[in-house]
Amino acid sequence: MSLRHHITRPLIEQNPITLQILGICSALAVTTSLTTALTMSVALTLVLCGSAAVISLIRHHIPGSIRLIVQITIIASMVIVIDEFLQAYAFQISQRLSIFVGLIVTNCLVLGRAEAFAMRNPVLPSVLDGLGNGLGYSLILLIVGAIRELLGAGTLMGRTILTTQAEGGWFQPLDLMQLAPSAFFIIALLIWVIRTVWTRQVETTEYPLRTGAERRQP
Amino acid sequence: MSELFLRAVFADNLALSFFLGICTFLAVSKRVETAIGLGLAVIVVQTITVPVNNLIFNGLLLDGAWAWAGLPDVDLTFLKLVAFIGVIAAMVQILEMTLDRYVPALYRTLGIFLPLITVNCAILGGSLFMVERRYDFPEALSYGFGSGVGWALAIITFAAIRERLRYSDIPAGLQGLGSAFLVTGLMSLGFSAFAGVGP
Repeated sequence: MSLRHHITRPLIEQNPITLQILGICSALAVTTSLTTALTMSVALTLVLCGSAAVISLIRHHIPGSIRLIVQITIIASMVIVIDEFLQAYAFQISQRLSIFVGLIVTNCLVLGRAEAFAMRNPVLPSVLDGLGNGLGYSLILLIVGAIRELLGAGTLMGRTILTTQAEGGWFQPLDLMQLAPSAFFIIALLIWVIRTVWTRQVETTEYPLRTGAERRQP
Repeated sequence: MSELFLRAVFADNLALSFFLGICTFLAVSKRVETAIGLGLAVIVVQTITVPVNNLIFNGLLLDGAWAWAGLPDVDLTFLKLVAFIGVIAAMVQILEMTLDRYVPALYRTLGIFLPLITVNCAILGGSLFMVERRYDFPEALSYGFGSGVGWALAIITFAAIRERLRYSDIPAGLQGLGSAFLVTGLMSLGFSAFAGVGP
């Protein structure tokens, strides 16, 4: 597999959120606005690349039995740096992200890629794989964040796009978009769209139903 | 106390209103029996780790916690992530060994789920919320138990719905993960109605 593939495959074909079911918790929680989604995407991509590089560098020296603890400690150290950085230079965003920056530690995407890829591959592919997965994660986050902020408040990155009725415009904000359930619905629809186009991702049914002509024949 | 417990179970449900532990929630909910096993394990671990982390945070990490040792300026709060993860991993390990020794039947039921819990963000999230909302020890105890029960309730209900969903005719693209997200969204809408319940 060429190096370019490490970046392009996780974008849609192997997307961490819509196919691998990794790192969903934060993806849903921080997408009420585009700003928080963007901050979280950058933070996660940085942690993913950084931890992949470090873990891949020392992969021959980590004893198998304690590898999870070593990986989590490395990831946690990087998250602490990012968390402190955000608190120092972007305090308001850090307040709005609440505990979710800290939760990157237990984000299964970071640990999953460390365990599945960085532990077995040289530094360059590991970093590229981290970058690719980070970008695939960011792609979904930004789409969901943009939809929720635009329809929920009529703004993008805090700038007014659709003038709301409260400000004399025509747009009636959808309050549902600011609530938790909307994130689930938007991701479900995104999955539907992706799997309609890339039909190879469709999951097979455990109990296929007999329909139409099949049912009529005994 | 009971108010905090009820809030943690319903309105502030970790899985459905804060999306914590959703990866496990979606992955381990195809059968009700496994969902019950995982739910029980989460209740036990959450009830232990949140109060223990509360003691550790207030006793060792908080700004000025080392004043008794002549170190009034030491502020170790930045270490809370590493400390909490360590406590959670250690607690899970100890629980696993204790169950294996004294309650082998329960150990066989919970066995495979316990290690999974170390990286379940609902557990770490519970401890981080405890810090952010500045709970004292009894509150942490009540919150830990309540949030564990809430998470278990959510996954068991979800698994039951999913078992039924297998027999329905779903569009190919929504098969599996897509429909799981839709159902979770609907459950989350339902649980948000509990926000008005209680004193």
